[in-house]
Amino acid sequence: MTEMTYREALRSTLVEEMDRDPRVLLLGEDIGVYQGTFRITEGLLERYGPKRVIDTPISELGFIGAAIGMAMLGLRPVVEVMTWNFSLPAADQILQNAAKVRYFSGGQVSVPLVIRGPNGAGVQLSAQHSQSLESFYGHFPGLRVVAPATPADARGLLRTALRSEDPVIFLEHAALYGIKGPVPEGDDTVPFGQATVVRRGRHVTVVAYSRMLHLALAAADELAREGVECEVLDLRSLRPLDMDTVAESVRRTHRAVVVQEQWPLFGAAAEVAAGIYERCFDDLDAPVERVTGEDVPAPYARNLEKLAFPDEDRIARAVRRVLQ
Amino acid sequence: MQHAEPVTVPVDTLLEWYRTLVFCRRFEEQTERSFRRGKIGGYLHVAIGQEAVPLGFLSALRADDVFFVSYRDHVHTLVRGTDPRAVMAELYGKLGGTCKGKGGSMHLFDVARGNYGGYGIVGGHIPLAVGAAYALRYQGTDRVCLCFFGDGAMNSGALHEAANLAGLWGREGLCPVVFVVENNQYGMGTSVERASAVVELARRFDAYDIPNERCDGMDVVGVYEVARRVVEEVRRTGRPYAVEALTYRFSGHGAADLFQPYRSKQEVERWRQRDPILLLERRLREAGALDDHAVREVEAWAEKRVQEAVSFAESSPEPPPEELYRDVYGA
Repeated sequence: MTEMTYREALRSTLVEEMDRDPRVLLLGEDIGVYQGTFRITEGLLERYGPKRVIDTPISELGFIGAAIGMAMLGLRPVVEVMTWNFSLPAADQILQNAAKVRYFSGGQVSVPLVIRGPNGAGVQLSAQHSQSLESFYGHFPGLRVVAPATPADARGLLRTALRSEDPVIFLEHAALYGIKGPVPEGDDTVPFGQATVVRRGRHVTVVAYSRMLHLALAAADELAREGVECEVLDLRSLRPLDMDTVAESVRRTHRAVVVQEQWPLFGAAAEVAAGIYERCFDDLDAPVERVTGEDVPAPYARNLEKLAFPDEDRIARAVRRVLQ
Repeated sequence: MQHAEPVTVPVDTLLEWYRTLVFCRRFEEQTERSFRRGKIGGYLHVAIGQEAVPLGFLSALRADDVFFVSYRDHVHTLVRGTDPRAVMAELYGKLGGTCKGKGGSMHLFDVARGNYGGYGIVGGHIPLAVGAAYALRYQGTDRVCLCFFGDGAMNSGALHEAANLAGLWGREGLCPVVFVVENNQYGMGTSVERASAVVELARRFDAYDIPNERCDGMDVVGVYEVARRVVEEVRRTGRPYAVEALTYRFSGHGAADLFQPYRSKQEVERWRQRDPILLLERRLREAGALDDHAVREVEAWAEKRVQEAVSFAESSPEPPPEELYRDVYGA
């Protein structure tokens, strides 16, 4: 084990996979000369040259579409979106081409493409720059959607993504780039579709992912002082979604709280809650609680933004409600 | 339009092209009949009248080159050599189809022949072709990529973003793509004049420093001459090129476009005088290579081949239920 930041975990995995596989190349806005908005690609232009580290114009529809074409011809492109909000001009390419071309070609082509970048809110970026798009992309068959919360998972999931035969929506979180954590050495991978139990507990299952995992763990610390033992699960993958691990936990705790950053309607938490009801209805001692962002566009003002997104207190209150 | 080059196509090849054009026409007419009989579902976009453009361009490709097409993709697939029986079976939604019946009319693929597919969203496949071209150079080959789309796609953002990337990457010799604008004068029912601020569509590629020209899309020999020169230039330079082929569809936009209130019978009739089959037939007759007897033979051969495709499609099994879940993800 070594200690590294989430940012270093991503960068080192890109380097290792680019060294290993000449088919891997990078595209994105300001990833080369500028070294990346969040410096994930620092030094990579110098290391690999402009043919493999492509600075693109501000033209997501064009370069994400082009990356899909590269993948269809056998390359393994990794697209950095400066934030996931900017993927929306390319939604047609991602949803209509990348997700489906294997299917409508009857299996004749693969799209081994990774699109990665920060997802989510929390630093006063207001309505157009604060969205979490996992439910949006998670809706579409043909895509894989992952959202690592720790440096180890950032590394392991990115390596799996880079070796996958499918288009992967790789959701990072800007608030997590600086966090440190232990990372296994070597060729570690984390398989898609495996949730993990981050903290063991007997009284309630708290399901989260990405930045929300850290809020859930903080809430669990606070609740532990009241004698409440939370079992905290990190989904890690949204598609495929590991409902087996969630259900196994809920059957033991009989109570569940599901946390997500984005809007409540048709969200990931709704999906997980429905899955719990389908699998564990008779095991439940209380209705499943959802903790979500408020159903409004993200406001700019600091106080309003704080109200718009989940925090540890809201998670703790939801846990107390399901324990009543 | 640049100066026409002398015709260097041997008569045998012209005869082969004539047979191909007649066969494609009969095939497309059959798909319309099968659609009306309920054998073909969904959307059906035939290329009746436009056949010379795919034939001329694809005849200029090497076997290892690749191409992308819009949803009007039957003729491209046929002239590239895909078994017509598999094409018809795909339209019939059968397991013996090019894509096991899972794509249909708009998504014919034959990757083994470099056919990277038909796409149903106007302009949506153009960025793919630009990336594919980059990949071909990245892999150190001199293969090229053709991208066919209609005049309607010229007004999509996808075209302009892709063309800008092609212009940029072409400066480094990394984008051997030929944009082939199949200008059939109408995006569904809206004429080019009513849709594009600049009606000479080729010129719009000037904005991306992409060399471009117009050609007569009804004369297969002329199309081929342009295609051969352009494809070899792109192969040599790794730079993109755009050709606007002026053509016309005699059928409706799709099978539901019956009354065509957007154009006059006189206009259609004017273009019919320049039917690509008629033009080639005239050329061959003048060369003494074709007579009434030979025309009847070609017609009979084409009709027989079309009926073989129909029989195959009729008897091919439906895709089994387990196909529903296949091909969503890779291994």
